Amino acid sequence: MEKVVVYRGEITFFVRREHLVAFVAALRDEPALRFEMCMGVNGVHYPGDVGRELHAVYPFQSITHNRRLRVEVTCPDADPHIPSITKVYPANDWHERETYDFFGIIFDGHPSLTRIEMPDDWPGHPQRKDYPLGGIPVEYKGAEVPPPDQRRSYT
Amino acid sequence: MSDMTDETVMTDDVSFEGAEEIIDPYALSYETTEGTVYTVSGGDWDTIEAPDEGQKERIVVNMGPQHPSTHGVLRLILELEGETVTETRCGIGYLHTGIEKNMEFRTWTQGVTFATRMDYLTPFYNEAAYCLGVEKLLDITDEIPERATVIRVLMMELNRISSHLVALATGGMELGALTAMTFGFRERELILDIFEMVTGLRMNSAYIRPGGVAQDITDDQVQRIRETLPLLKKRMKDTSDLLVDNAIWMGRTVGIGYLDLAGCMALGVTGPILRSTGLPHDLRKAQPYCGYENYEFEVATADTCDVYGRFLIRIQEMHESMKIVEQALDRLQPGPVMIEDKRVGWPARLSIGSDGQGNSPEHIKEIMTESMEALIHHFKLVTEGFSVPAGQVYAAVESPRGELGVHLVSDGGTRPYRAHFRDPSFNNLQSTAAMCDGSMVSDVVAAVASIDPVMGGVDR
Repeated sequence: MEKVVVYRGEITFFVRREHLVAFVAALRDEPALRFEMCMGVNGVHYPGDVGRELHAVYPFQSITHNRRLRVEVTCPDADPHIPSITKVYPANDWHERETYDFFGIIFDGHPSLTRIEMPDDWPGHPQRKDYPLGGIPVEYKGAEVPPPDQRRSYT
Repeated sequence: MSDMTDETVMTDDVSFEGAEEIIDPYALSYETTEGTVYTVSGGDWDTIEAPDEGQKERIVVNMGPQHPSTHGVLRLILELEGETVTETRCGIGYLHTGIEKNMEFRTWTQGVTFATRMDYLTPFYNEAAYCLGVEKLLDITDEIPERATVIRVLMMELNRISSHLVALATGGMELGALTAMTFGFRERELILDIFEMVTGLRMNSAYIRPGGVAQDITDDQVQRIRETLPLLKKRMKDTSDLLVDNAIWMGRTVGIGYLDLAGCMALGVTGPILRSTGLPHDLRKAQPYCGYENYEFEVATADTCDVYGRFLIRIQEMHESMKIVEQALDRLQPGPVMIEDKRVGWPARLSIGSDGQGNSPEHIKEIMTESMEALIHHFKLVTEGFSVPAGQVYAAVESPRGELGVHLVSDGGTRPYRAHFRDPSFNNLQSTAAMCDGSMVSDVVAAVASIDPVMGGVDR
């Protein structure tokens, strides 16, 4: 485990990817933990976080103890591999496919890691920050509204 | 004419080199390593030769994405042995619109407009989940005015009834009970009329906003909601009288689409499917939000794990929601519906004008004629938006289909850095194979209807 963050009443465990499967198996099986449900996985792309650009975020829920926690795993863009947890939580099958589809994170050990939302022959991974949103300018009452990703940004 | 026949070129004989290597998926047949694959589209079965001695016959049927009984653009890939399904796969993605990506290019408030369009039968839940997440990031959960919270609960529970009505209506239609369809959509119309009256729109209303709701609800409107409820109750009874204990309906649903508690846990299934296994798990009770702990209602369960149990749960949940709606109407106290904090709260106190749009003549008068500062503030907040502290949160609500979770990441700017929705339909659809393998084709339709997936939510 790398670090633990508590923010807005929610706890996040940063786990090294090589320990992920053992970690989540303990989450599920320890009587004091009993996190029966994994609510999926979500990718986040931080291009500025060199060496750990891709994050995979797993929310867990325990119905027995009525608790939640979050596990976060990182991997570098050059080696986008994270072990699959579908053996422990079969519910993550489609969620991992979705994260692979959108971010290009390869979940090693997944039974059939294929694209799920985008067409099979789609190039690129659309949710990454370097992937453009796309769009066309729209004319409205004589003025031209640029596509959303070319509008003025205030951040 | 007869003398020309001899010289007419017979196009059928024309061939060119390499033609046999081109695979046309719409062609009658082509060779693969596993044997000959025939593509048939109906009415041409007798053109297919019987398999050779010792060769196995596999029939793969594509059901959807344009099939009327697959609940929208869901594609089911069924491997059949006669009428029995031996393997089920779901093909999704036909309604993927990139909502999450689009949200990263709009302000936090504009995100509501996208969120509401995901699961188009439960717009208020999408909005509520998103807004609860944004409010958690802003750390203003406790500052939301009481009246706004009550209105949120009111709209969400009306929305639960309308969503379940569609679930029963389309589910009934898919199983051949067309009267259930006409009843369900007729009753839903009453609720959509309420939505239109309160928000200006029947669907996709973008009504719940970070900090409160977009516009107040008037006493006149409350009165009209109260007048609608008895009619709605009476008509809801029609639907349940039609189907509960109906021999044909039970024949199609009892014992069908079986998924027990262990299966639900492994597949992360929530909502009516989980409750049909007897586990009374409901986030409104387990982890209350929007003050649900102050409302009296029961969590509907069944112990049959089948389609009929889920149907009974939906019927009962509509009655429970009706109880919550009545309690919410009684709780409505005069007060603001948007947070007082001027940095977040929408500057105008909108009300629906004669044109059906949100208007506020006093506010327009103030910013256009009286206060330059108010105009600048309005302009900044509406175009630039508000900044949200950096961090990440997960917020969840109990939508009619199960746990609708939202994972929001902020980098401190005026736009979401990443917004991800854990839509219950997406997750629950994974259980199709577990429910359908080994059953009849007709039972697949019943099982999918009981999952009640909405493809807008699945694909986002």
